[in-house]
Amino acid sequence: MTMIFGVPLAVLSGQLLIGIINGAFYALLSLGLAVIFGLLKIINFAHGAMYMLGALVTVVLFDLLGVNYWVALFVAPVLVGAFGMLIEYFLLRRIAGQDHIYSLLLTFGVALIIQGVLTNIYGVSGLRYSMPDMFKGGINLGFMFLPYYRAWVIVVALLVCFGTWFIIEKTKLGSYLRAGTEDSQLMQGFGINVPLLVSLTYGFGVMLAAFAGVLAAPIYSVTPVMGSNILIVVFAVVVIGGMGSIGGAIITGILMGVIEGLTKTFYPPASSAVIFLVMVLVLMIRPTGLFGKEA
Amino acid sequence: MNQPVNPADIHKAIVEQQKIQDRKKLMVNGVLLLLLLAAPFVMYPVFLMKILCFALFAVAFNLLFGFTGLLSFGHAAFLATGGYTTGYLLSHFSGLTTEMGIIAGTATATLLGLAFALLSIRRQGIYFAMVTLALAQLVFFFFVQSEFTGGEDGMHGIPRGELFGLINLEDNLNMYYFVLVVFIACYLLVQRIVSSPYGQILKAIKQNEPRAVSLGYNVDRYKILAFVISAALAGLAGSMKSVVFQLASLNDAHWHMSGEVILMTLVGGMGTLLGPVVGATFVVNIEYQLSQGPLRDWVDPILGGIFVLTVLAFRSGIVGELQKFMRKNLG
Repeated sequence: MTMIFGVPLAVLSGQLLIGIINGAFYALLSLGLAVIFGLLKIINFAHGAMYMLGALVTVVLFDLLGVNYWVALFVAPVLVGAFGMLIEYFLLRRIAGQDHIYSLLLTFGVALIIQGVLTNIYGVSGLRYSMPDMFKGGINLGFMFLPYYRAWVIVVALLVCFGTWFIIEKTKLGSYLRAGTEDSQLMQGFGINVPLLVSLTYGFGVMLAAFAGVLAAPIYSVTPVMGSNILIVVFAVVVIGGMGSIGGAIITGILMGVIEGLTKTFYPPASSAVIFLVMVLVLMIRPTGLFGKEA
Repeated sequence: MNQPVNPADIHKAIVEQQKIQDRKKLMVNGVLLLLLLAAPFVMYPVFLMKILCFALFAVAFNLLFGFTGLLSFGHAAFLATGGYTTGYLLSHFSGLTTEMGIIAGTATATLLGLAFALLSIRRQGIYFAMVTLALAQLVFFFFVQSEFTGGEDGMHGIPRGELFGLINLEDNLNMYYFVLVVFIACYLLVQRIVSSPYGQILKAIKQNEPRAVSLGYNVDRYKILAFVISAALAGLAGSMKSVVFQLASLNDAHWHMSGEVILMTLVGGMGTLLGPVVGATFVVNIEYQLSQGPLRDWVDPILGGIFVLTVLAFRSGIVGELQKFMRKNLG
């Protein structure tokens, strides 16, 4: 068997694959955070809870109504996104324009509530969700086995990331959004409904998180606390990438997933900490993050 | 006809006013002190010590958040580092007296605080919060992986030992008065820091950092010092907590703990001296009461609700709102 640095190739490529998949989730989540922060200056501590809601809604819709995966892929993010817009409308709007720290504290409280209530209803042991039939099995690439579902996750996550980047950076709607954050009064003067734009943006960021949740439902254990730990990792990813850039969030997310996967292969005890170590290094060498513009 | 006013008279009146206020404050503090001294005869001392430890933790946090304007989301790391260090030393070296273990725990937390500060101090606002959160998570994973912490099980059976090799701390009353003395000393220290010229500079930084920079202050150095002092006091709180409960666990290192101390400070009133103490008392009591009743599974969502409510509706906290009320109604 081929060995690389004393590790069988199959093991290495397997971990690499897991790394890329985790990276795809980091990218989707940090992208949502970056969109919400970049355009609204809200740091969304409830982002992990929204990711969890996406997965949980998928499972519950299936159990109660038999809604299948493909429908859930659209319905769950829309439902959770609408819920996010309610939070924006009733809570976040009240503290708009004040110190960003308050938005962090407010969403932290919201996350505690959502998580706590759902833990009481569903427990923490994890709900079962079976994969759609067409994704069962995989393809043998010769040096490794690639399950279909994982390939799908990578492809669709990358597509969504690219699409989001394209909308915000290259389209007219994106330019409205960016202009609205530069000078919302002026935008309002041009007849653009800025408060609606803000609600939609928050809802969209939340949708991205929920979408990641749906993708995660068949492969990760779905519990009400699944979002809380991944959120801290995503924060670290965001710090490494630098908050200024949307493209940076995507690249850093995947990169960190890969680094985590490699660490798991070569030195397992450090695998859960390695992203935070990278963060410390980046902070020492480039305090603004790899792609950041902010000082 | 307007009488010409003598500036000396105005000055005298202000000094008089100040004296009356000082006397009022002294009386309030005296009453509080008496209550604290008498408390263990009315209430369970271990519960009181828990409140005092968390109050110290919140006071430490408030020095950074309330008075310097830096939101650290990683203060659990210092609480846990203090607790684990003290616990490990006291469990493994029987020659150490309790206060030496506590001093060592505090010192370790102080060094960790310096490392955190150096890495995070150049970031502002929420970036600062996120960096400290991630750093604390690194510390959390270190404790999870380390053998000496007992991992998920925690560190049990830490001996309380004897203070200065003389006073037996196994006795709850002795332990209580020791914790009380440390707490009061730290409280007075923070009070002194806040009202000192150094504290005024911290306030200036909080209000407007660029202005403080343009006035020629080396802002980073002041902030680092505030961070280190805050980490040291948080570590001290953790050290004492591990001695009181004879237990150090991963709960103290978890980021929920960092969130909890924010809640305590916010609810009590950030940027006030008494606020964090009131907040800690409030939160510890609520958690205890809830855990006894039918709502025991609803502690987290209820705390979350309090968080949301505080941020939305009464951001100055209990003490802050009281001060506002008194200023409005009592002149």
